[in-house]
This record gives sequence, C-alpha cells and structure tokens, in this order.
Amino acid sequence: MPNNEVLSWLRTRFMPHIWCPGCGHGIIMHSIIRALIALKKDKPNTVLASGIGCSSRMAGYINANTLHSTHGRSLAFSTGIKMFNPELTVIDVMGDGDCSAIGGNHFIHACRRNIDITAIVMNNNIYGMTGGQASPTTPVGAWATTAPWGVVDPAFDICKLAEGAGASYVARTTIANPKQAESFIVNGIKNKGFSVVEIVTHCHTQFGRKNNRRAPMDNYNFFKEASVPLTKAKTMTGEELAGKIVVGEFVDKSMPEYTEQYKKVIEKAQRG
Amino acid sequence: MADASNVAFWQGNTALAHGALLAGCNFYGGYPITPSTEIAEVMAEELPRRGGKFIQMEDEIAGMASIIGASIAGAKSLTATSGPGFSLKQENLGLAYIAEVPIVVVNVMRGGPSTGLPTKTAQQDVMQARWGTHGDHATICYSPSSVQECYDLAIKAFNMAERFRQPVLILSDEVVGHMREKVVKKDAAAIEILNRARPTVKPEKFTPYEADPRTGVPPMASFGDGYSWHVTGLTTNDWGFPTNNPPEIEKKMLRLMNKVDRARGDIVEYESESMSGANVVVVAYGSVGRSALRAVRDARKKGIPAGFFRPITLWPFPGEELAKDALGAKVILVPELNCGQMVLEVERVIRGRSEVRGVNLVNGELFKPQEIVKVIEEVA
Repeated sequence: MPNNEVLSWLRTRFMPHIWCPGCGHGIIMHSIIRALIALKKDKPNTVLASGIGCSSRMAGYINANTLHSTHGRSLAFSTGIKMFNPELTVIDVMGDGDCSAIGGNHFIHACRRNIDITAIVMNNNIYGMTGGQASPTTPVGAWATTAPWGVVDPAFDICKLAEGAGASYVARTTIANPKQAESFIVNGIKNKGFSVVEIVTHCHTQFGRKNNRRAPMDNYNFFKEASVPLTKAKTMTGEELAGKIVVGEFVDKSMPEYTEQYKKVIEKAQRG
Repeated sequence: MADASNVAFWQGNTALAHGALLAGCNFYGGYPITPSTEIAEVMAEELPRRGGKFIQMEDEIAGMASIIGASIAGAKSLTATSGPGFSLKQENLGLAYIAEVPIVVVNVMRGGPSTGLPTKTAQQDVMQARWGTHGDHATICYSPSSVQECYDLAIKAFNMAERFRQPVLILSDEVVGHMREKVVKKDAAAIEILNRARPTVKPEKFTPYEADPRTGVPPMASFGDGYSWHVTGLTTNDWGFPTNNPPEIEKKMLRLMNKVDRARGDIVEYESESMSGANVVVVAYGSVGRSALRAVRDARKKGIPAGFFRPITLWPFPGEELAKDALGAKVILVPELNCGQMVLEVERVIRGRSEVRGVNLVNGELFKPQEIVKVIEEVA
C-alpha cells in the first residue's frame, strides 16, 4: 500500500483503474507522485496532461488539475496551459504512440521551444489499448497484430529524437529501477525547460504474450538484464549495444526557456 | 458619434482581431494560412502590448489544442484559419464541445475542396461549421458581411463562448476578410462583456460538471485558481469522470444540446428589408448578403416586390423567423458561393410553402448585384 501522502495524490474514487494486473504504468505513476511530493508540489498548481491510450488514463487517477486530451496532442494543450500561466508545474504523460507517432510533430516542437514542461514517455513498444498494433518503438522483427510477419520499420530512439530536437533535459530508465525513475522525474521537473524522461515499461498482455515475455516478471527481468548505464555504454560497440537499453541522463543543460523569453517579448512590446 | 479618434479604416481581418481584443481576448494560438493570416499578425503585435500571449504553433491541430489549454487555464482565447486548417481543427474542436471549453474559432472561407482556391472567396464550409467535428454538438456560428460586423461579431462571439461555455465559430470569407471599410470602434466601458461563471463552492465541494439549473451551464474553474479537477474528451458524469452509465451519458449529451437550444432567442440574429408582402425573397449571408441587398433594392426600383433576409447567425439558423417573414412569398432565392448548402436549410424550414431555388456561383468570384437581379426578374 502506498503511504498516506501518496494516497492523497490519488483519486481513489476513480478506481479500479483500467490497467492489467502487473502493468508497469502503476510503477511510473508511483514514481511521478513520489517526485511531486519530494519537490513539495501542491495539487491546485500542478497540471498533469495526457493524450490517449492506456498510459494517458493516468491523468484521471492523479489528484491535481488533469487534462486527458486527444491522441498525440497533449503537448500542444499543455503548451497553451503553460504559456498562459507559467506559474503552474506542468507534467505531460504519454505513450510511445502518442509521443513518437501521431504526436511526433508536437513532441519535436515542444523540444525546440524548450518550454518548461516535463514529458514522461511511457514506452511499452506497442499500442496496448487497441490490442497490440506496432508502434514506432516496436523493435524490428517483433510480432504485432499489424505486423503478423514481424516489424520491418526501424524503431525511433525517443531520447535521441528529443536531444536532436533541442530538449534541455533528456533521460531514460526502466520500470525495473523505480528509484532512478523518481530521481530523473525530479531532475526533469527541476530543469527550467523542456524535459523528456523516457521510462521503458512493458505490455505483457499485448506485446509480451507474443514476444516471449508473457509474464510481468519476464519483462522486469529483461529490463534488469538489458539495461546498460550510459557511462558503460560509451565503452561498448554498436554491436554489443544491440538489444540493450541505455539508461541515464543524456542531456542536462541550461538553455533559454520559452515562457521566460516571451516575458521579455511582453516587456519589449510594452516599452513600445 | 463617430469622430476621428474612434474611426478606423480596416480590413475585415484586422477589425475582427481588434474586436476580439476589446472583448478581452488574451491568448492566440495558430498557424499561418491564407486568407486568415492577418488576424494572427495583428494578434502577434497587439497581445503582448496588453500583457496577453501569442504563440505560433507547429500546425493547425496544435493551434487549436493550445487555445483550449489556455482557456482551461483561464484565458479568453482565439484562433483563426481557413479551409484546410478548419478541417484539421475539427478533432480538437470536438474536445472543446464535450469538455465545455469556451473558445472562438474563425474560418475565413476560401474555395475548396482541399487546397482549392487560397486567395479566392467561397462559402463552401457552412455545413462543415455545423457538422464538421464528429458526434452531436450544438453549433453557434456567426457570418459577418461587413468590416464593422467582423468587429462587432468578434465581441459577441467571445461573450457567447463565455456564456455557454463552448466553442463559437465566426465564418468570414475572403472578400469580407480582405476588403477595407470604415469601422466605428467601441469604448470598452460602453460594451457588455460576459465572463464565464466561476464556481463559488469550496474546492472540496466542487463538482466540475454540475450545471446551474437556470442555464444548463456548469461554472468553470481554471487550472491554478485553487480547484483541482479533471478534463477529458470522454463522455463524463457530473464529476467529470468517464462514464458508461446510460442515464449519465444521456444526461450529458442532452444538456450539451439544451444549454444552447433553450437560449436560442438570445442567440439567433438576422437582418431583413422589405419583407412585408415580398413576392421574391432573397436569403443571403456573408459577402453575398451585400450583393443580394443591392439586388433587392434594384429590383424594387424596377417595381418587383422583392425582400431581403440575411442570417447573421448561420447556426442556429433563423429558420422560424424566415418562415414567418417570408410567408406568402412565391419564390425564395438562396444565392451562395457553393453548389447549394444553406439552401437545404431554407428548404427544410419553408416546407414547400414557397418555391425555394438555389443560385450558385463557384468560380471564386463574388456575385455581382445584377446577376441576382436577373434571377429575381426571371422568377418574379
């Protein structure tokens, strides 16, 4: 059972939640709430936005100002929220399809603007809610209902995408390391700019069942074995890194933040 | 009275932007598209001067999303677009209807389908304005026919969005958007400004979608003003939580329609001239309303008892009013810059009591008054 402080951040009247027993999304939700508590955030000034999919249902379960928006578009909604009221702490949770398929354009532009929003990408390598269709992060060769002969599309590396598009904080971990997830989320929220925390999770129901990771623990063990810290990864060849999950903080730099820059626009316009 | 200090010589798009600012618009999110771009350009310059915010988003979809987000955070927000952009905005427009988020959306119509005629006028989106986003929804849509009306209806659109807590559309067109005319500016202190009803209960007692029984509209909190609540595109109960419960679903859906329906008399607007005893009635809106009015006046000079009826709200359509005023007319002509859209609505309300005939022009030009006079003469 979570402690009372964590419980106060949950809308228990909204439960039972929709996630399958053993789903990794609950671990991520717990990490987010622990990070918010560690940062002493208050609920009325915290916004959690989301798109569509299993991961995005999290918005309903968290007791703050929450917006469950349209598929892939949540960053565009939260950009409007943050732009209008920069005092709010804005977190945007999304799945791999939300982030890198239908919402890919919104994602790269949020990175480019460096607006002070923390995007938490719950990457389970599949469209879970709709029944196991291939996503842009499904590995080549994996089975999906829309790739019954194996995926041929190369996968996106979400962290590289975020780094290339200009995000000022980029990190990755897995649900097998919830303490690290919590600390990356803390660092992401503390960063005054656009932060991306990719948390690799699993959909044993739709992905694992057909890709030799049927039980939740199969996935958990896989993540533990496949995780390679960034420092170690730097010493490894591309061949050695195949199939591994590089975890760590890839980008952490200070850059002009969008709403701060716009504040200067207002000052300039008002000086005339 | 108009004196030099409160008169401007503006194009319709500029007037619309200034009307929005006067109404209290403090957020604009959008994407450039002809022939609406001047609205974004005026807002980009004027909003920061007033402490407001302007953002050019990565696409039309994001422009729409950003203004909904800003409105949830307490803004009075605006976006403007044209044909292809209006199509892209339909998805998130639906979210604003179901989640009851006040916003104003302008479509400066150009010829379609697809890229069509970016610099030419048309009225091909009037049914898209009514039915464009999927699912049932109550549409409030204004159609300006002059630069002054762009200014005045922008103010009204914001007031209606705030009052009914839903999107309000302004369907302008390339001619109205780009022509220049005199505008008499209004004094902010002298106009009525409506603001969304705010919750008065303590945060722990707040039921986000519990409607005021007098209006059918729930008071709206803003993110950051002390309340914590949930917004979703799913069909919800009064708590704002998703529901699959049939009575709760029906309650929500019927309330969305009824909150507008019950106030129809406060929304519907039209202009008419010489309708009493008119034998030929010309129903026209937007830029075509201008050609049609001139045509009716010219026809009357020729001794033809013609009448003029111009819906200012396309939706709700002033159908009962038209049916009453046009009673006894032999023919009702509906000139429009499409292959026949609002004519269907006119036929529906006239129910065969008069002959209803569409007059259609889809070459990118506006009707010349004499073209309409010619048809009036043919049918009189």
